[in-house]
Amino acid sequence: MSPRAPDDARRQFLLRVLRIGAASAGTIGLGAFLGGRSRRPEEGAATGLGRDHAVAANAALPEMVVAQGPSPQLLVQKAIDDIGGMSRFVSAADTVLIKPNIAWDRSAEEAATTNPDVVAELVRLCLAAGARSVIVTDVSCNDAESCFARSGIADAARRAGAEVVLPDTRHMRQVDLKGGTLGVWPVLEPFLDATKVINVPIAKHHSLTGVTLGMKNWYGIIGGNRSRLHQRIHESIVDLAAFARPTLTVLDANRVLMRNGPTGGGVDNVEQRNTVIVSTDQVAVDAYAAKAWWNLDVPRLRFLQLAEERGLGRTDFASLRTHVLQV
Amino acid sequence: MRGTTLRRLRLASQITFFLLFVFLLLRTEFPGSVRSAGADVRVPYPVSLFLETDPLVALATALSTASLYRHLLWAVPFVLLALIVGRGFCGWMCPLGSLHHFVGSMKSERKRGPKLLESNRYKRWQSAKYYVLTVVLVMALFGSVAGLLLDPLSFLVRSMATAVLPVLNYGLRASLDWAHELPLGPARVGVSGVATVLDATVLSFRQPHFHQALAIGLLFAFVLVLNMRVTRFWCRAICPLGAMLGVVSRWSFVQLQKHDEKCNDCKRCELHCQGGDDPIPGAIWRKAECHLCMNCLGDCPEGGLSFTWSGRPGKQTRETPQLQRRAVVTSLVAGAVGLPLLRTGPGVKAAGDPLLIRPPGSVDEEHFLDRCIRCGDCMKVCPNNALHPALFEAGVEGLWSPVLVPRIGYCEPNCTLCTQVCPTGAIWEMTVAEKIGSPARMAPDGTVQQPGRDPNRIGTAFYDRGRCLPWAMGIECIVCEEWCPTSPKAIYLVPAQVTDATGQTKTVRQPYVEPKRCTGCGACEFACPIKGRPAVYVTSAGESRSKANQFLLPENQPLQRS
Repeated sequence: MSPRAPDDARRQFLLRVLRIGAASAGTIGLGAFLGGRSRRPEEGAATGLGRDHAVAANAALPEMVVAQGPSPQLLVQKAIDDIGGMSRFVSAADTVLIKPNIAWDRSAEEAATTNPDVVAELVRLCLAAGARSVIVTDVSCNDAESCFARSGIADAARRAGAEVVLPDTRHMRQVDLKGGTLGVWPVLEPFLDATKVINVPIAKHHSLTGVTLGMKNWYGIIGGNRSRLHQRIHESIVDLAAFARPTLTVLDANRVLMRNGPTGGGVDNVEQRNTVIVSTDQVAVDAYAAKAWWNLDVPRLRFLQLAEERGLGRTDFASLRTHVLQV
Repeated sequence: MRGTTLRRLRLASQITFFLLFVFLLLRTEFPGSVRSAGADVRVPYPVSLFLETDPLVALATALSTASLYRHLLWAVPFVLLALIVGRGFCGWMCPLGSLHHFVGSMKSERKRGPKLLESNRYKRWQSAKYYVLTVVLVMALFGSVAGLLLDPLSFLVRSMATAVLPVLNYGLRASLDWAHELPLGPARVGVSGVATVLDATVLSFRQPHFHQALAIGLLFAFVLVLNMRVTRFWCRAICPLGAMLGVVSRWSFVQLQKHDEKCNDCKRCELHCQGGDDPIPGAIWRKAECHLCMNCLGDCPEGGLSFTWSGRPGKQTRETPQLQRRAVVTSLVAGAVGLPLLRTGPGVKAAGDPLLIRPPGSVDEEHFLDRCIRCGDCMKVCPNNALHPALFEAGVEGLWSPVLVPRIGYCEPNCTLCTQVCPTGAIWEMTVAEKIGSPARMAPDGTVQQPGRDPNRIGTAFYDRGRCLPWAMGIECIVCEEWCPTSPKAIYLVPAQVTDATGQTKTVRQPYVEPKRCTGCGACEFACPIKGRPAVYVTSAGESRSKANQFLLPENQPLQRS
């Protein structure tokens, strides 16, 4: 070991003091900074309030179109055409969210999920109207990948040019739904980011509400422990419908699940109705379908009554300007 | 061919087979699309290929069942391969062997210079694997393949599926989430790009969670870390498949020839020896230990070693494993006594755990245990993360065999993926039609045109009325009925008048189970809004695979033996 000059030792000492000083200052600073950040953990603030996606009414055009015929694709085409064409609802600046029912791991024939041809045709019409992008998504009950694949919707929508988004729990935002029953719930981001929203439910039987139609389909935009909603199902349906306010409702009733809903299983529960209903009034669609195929009246369906009281639409569907088309 | 060339070829072969293994394991999942509406969803690749070509799996299940299931015949070519190249499989193909090789090549204080040479010399404890093999096979003969927990491919598939891949998934997702939050500006596109690539390749859509993952993961890590002390300790001392190939290798053609006259005693041939088989001149070459890694050939600067195909052993060669008679007898006895000892516990027969819910298509428990090799392929493929390695639900013997945990995931009626991937028929292959069953078809005159077929049941749902909202608290719910996937639904609702806390009466729908329709899929238990202990739960009672575990008297047929 070589002897060191005294000033070298001094320099070493000073350097050491500096290092220790810097390290202490850093530690104290970081500690103080992190200490100041200490707060009781809270849920992230709720953001992104609901918007009304509806377009202006037009007295010259029908408010509801009931199209009947064998080809689901044609039914959608003609019905949309009749209600003013897709360009009435979708323009070049729009990001359109199409929300079918993809809740269950069932094939299209079992009528537990929306008809893929209906979804695909809507995608094509939106793109033809110049939409910037079209997103198809739903928060499934069964495994999402399987539901999206088996229903045929993922494939059909992709081929028509849509972006198919699997519902990822990490892509939910906490939103204050401002309902009487539903407060802050996680909502799927693509829904919050969309400028136009088209609800594409399928008509099905349901043991609690009798039917599950358009407004109940909004269960599929939220995450969380949804199975609690059934305790006040009518109120939660209406809270969601008030939050969602779609541009259009396109009810798929080509195949109707008459029994054993909403999961179905087997084709013997399914009846051919060859119908698509398009309307700007989400309440009227539900009232019409409940009456048409289950003979359920408004007094039996509390969610319809509540929805009308909230001003979401009219249960008296006969008062709407309605066209019935045979396609 | 020169030693270095052979060594490179071996490395290429190891990488190829390892990548093939990982690819098949990653594709052991829901294929992402349905070929045609109504058709059964099938795994598109032979994802269980490695397990189905494993000679030990074939031999052990052949001993336990006196048959070979489905594709297990593919193991025969691999036995023939061993008759030609001995343990070449271990050195060139085995994915677990390659992992050990890789970790064993890392620098380690325990294996430096003379210590490394000493560590690579043959050791008597390397015989242990032959005794392991003996126990495994004797137990198989007695009807349990629980010993295949130690089969290298079963070990690797299970560890990767239930621990390594979920860990990787969690870590990558967390890193990506973290990277997304960074103030990167336009560089964020890069993060999204990486995320897209990972999503398409290794990441699963939902983070998998497995019972026993910690134990399985730690064991895997431990076995890998052992390589830092002794290169390929697992392959040298434990691996029963290696032992089996070692026994077979005595007839194989490949022989190491030592040219003593060229040897200048530099000992480099011991530097990278994988098997601990003493290629060095002056010692006896242990053929049954050699993985044919070719390292000794490449390392010898004098060309003093060569492999020949003559089949004629060199001067210093021992073709058979070195075994001690006493140890062989001990392991025979251990196997023969061990299994009955395990079976005297309550596991298999006496009082089955009610939560031992086996995958759909599983054979009766006794036969299940003589088939299930605990590879975990069924757990990997299940799209609902429903299948988990058991702890003691099936007795000690059933460790890490699959058990369905409905609270985490239920059994989707139109999914048969686990039945497709099971290599040994513990879960017997089944179609969706068989799984769902069918009602009897009646002619107009009321006679049975086609008899109905019962669905495959894995259990039955029961209500805990003390926790069920409409039963215990007079609150409307019906979620279990909504989720019930059978048609007609096995859960039915009966309106009932209840009085609430304020004394008012109201009507709620209370759920019941029709056991003849219930398949035990567990969707009700999964969806029940009562978190923690659910108000509706499945037990194995009524499972199709068991004659004994029944509680309903069968209709229209004389009572069978119970």
